[in-house]
Amino acid sequence: MLSKKQARAFFLGGTVVTFLIFIGLTVYSLSAAQDQSNIENLSESAIRGKYLWETNNCMGCHTIMGEGGYYAPELTKVVERRGEAYIKAALMSPVPWQPNGRKMVKYEMTEAQANDMVEFFKWIGEIDLNGFETVVSPLAKQ
Amino acid sequence: MKYKSQKVAYWFFALSMLLLSLQLIYGLIMGFAHAGMDGLHEWIPFNTAKAVHTNLLVVWLLSGFMGAAYYIIPEEAQIELVSVKLAYVQLISLALVGVAAIVGYHFNYWEGRKFLEIPRPLDYLVVVNVLLFMGLILVTLFKGKRRTTTALVLSMGLLFAALLYLPGMLDFDSQVTDSFFRWWVVHLWVEGVWELIMGGILSFLLIKLTGVDREVIEKWLYVIVGLTFLSGILGTGHHYYYIGVNKIWLIVGGIFSALEPLAFLAMALFAVNMYRKGEKKHPNKIALYWTIGSAIVSFIGAGLLGFAHTLPQTNIFTHGTIVTAMHGHLSFWGAYAMIVFAIISYSLPNMTGRKFYDSARGRMAFWLANVGMLGMTVAFGVAGVAQVYMERITKSMSFMETQKEIEVHFYVLIIMATIFITGITLYIIEFVKHGQPTDEALEVDSQ
Repeated sequence: MLSKKQARAFFLGGTVVTFLIFIGLTVYSLSAAQDQSNIENLSESAIRGKYLWETNNCMGCHTIMGEGGYYAPELTKVVERRGEAYIKAALMSPVPWQPNGRKMVKYEMTEAQANDMVEFFKWIGEIDLNGFETVVSPLAKQ
Repeated sequence: MKYKSQKVAYWFFALSMLLLSLQLIYGLIMGFAHAGMDGLHEWIPFNTAKAVHTNLLVVWLLSGFMGAAYYIIPEEAQIELVSVKLAYVQLISLALVGVAAIVGYHFNYWEGRKFLEIPRPLDYLVVVNVLLFMGLILVTLFKGKRRTTTALVLSMGLLFAALLYLPGMLDFDSQVTDSFFRWWVVHLWVEGVWELIMGGILSFLLIKLTGVDREVIEKWLYVIVGLTFLSGILGTGHHYYYIGVNKIWLIVGGIFSALEPLAFLAMALFAVNMYRKGEKKHPNKIALYWTIGSAIVSFIGAGLLGFAHTLPQTNIFTHGTIVTAMHGHLSFWGAYAMIVFAIISYSLPNMTGRKFYDSARGRMAFWLANVGMLGMTVAFGVAGVAQVYMERITKSMSFMETQKEIEVHFYVLIIMATIFITGITLYIIEFVKHGQPTDEALEVDSQ
């Protein structure tokens, strides 16, 4: 029958071993050779776009790479699906954007800000998402 | 109650109840918005309601865990808390930081990273607050007359939770890396170290309520938390399937997250077996309901419903849909909310001296809240599966067209949420009826 000492050894041993493997896999998958995000294409404009994405909590309604609020559309392939002009119109609109009855916050972004957001979406849209991009891409319908 | 300083736990529990009430209001706002009624959009848009709803959940659960620690650690270590005054300072600062964050969300002041919306200056205050809390708990523990496994596991869970908050404060230009380390906080909290906290509280309650030998209970506690970490740490990989990192996570995450239900199954079997084995029948039936209920419902919500969409083949379609909300609601409820309710139900009569051990209102609160939450889970599940088929598998409708089609399920959700809220209201009434803690309640519990 298992003793308390053996149970403790199972807990401590299992934790240490799996944590070390986890750290190893983290280092491996974030190494430059394994990059799937085209990090070399991440422009200053796209980084500013990410900042706007965060400071306006866009993730509170939308999802990106499948992560977010489930209340408004998935935006991983939004440039492909809607085009730049539509995205910029939504972000710069002086009245709340209201497609299909569900309201978006009125952001009234400047053209420069809207361009940064588009650059961010373009970079996101090029990431290799292990197949998820085909599920949310309009091109996958064809 | 064996030590006067345990009374401080009451005020952490009271803060929990207050924040929980607010959380429910914001949840209703979101439910109505999903059903097509977003009349409050101008003042409380959906992203504000969501940030408030999820952050209030985190803060009231943390307040509950802290209250549990302030109650359990002195009793386990057989010593008064080292400083009650500092514990009150910690309580007030926790409440102030929480309120400041919630108010800020209404004025576009946030970080906009899911679950970690608290803006950076407030992050530092959270760190100071948690350091103070951990200092009080650890010093009490190490000055104590004994160091039990229960106290060590609980303290270890709280310490790791504090340490794991730090990766969430790292800045990255890449959304991929940002997301990667965000899950170090969120996943390793809720599917890792919070389970240690849950296990520690569960162990304490089972020792008190069933009378089974401490050595037996604590031995199985080690096995359960061992299973939790063995599966949960590498199970983080299920968040890495489709966020732009290596395919190796599809294999590692798939295998280890499929093992995660084992820890919850072990916890449910452990609780039920200890109850059956126990010769002592503690009169506090309500605490027993919540304790055993937590172990069982967490297995269903976190274990079974988590497994339902954790394999990569399924998750590629369910990732980022309402299916996640289905799993999230029942797992948080079963694993963490119910264990906080359990420790409150156990400790409240001991702190106040009012032995409302088995009231009709207490039992109604348990059943209505659980039936309501199960109903909400079913509504989320039906809406989520319908969304997956229409939008992701058959690709017959766009996101917004799908949302229109599944609106009806949110009417059902609101009805079930009303039942749930009725249960919670009864629980809070029971909490208030107990009155405030008093020194006269010392040694009410003979265990």
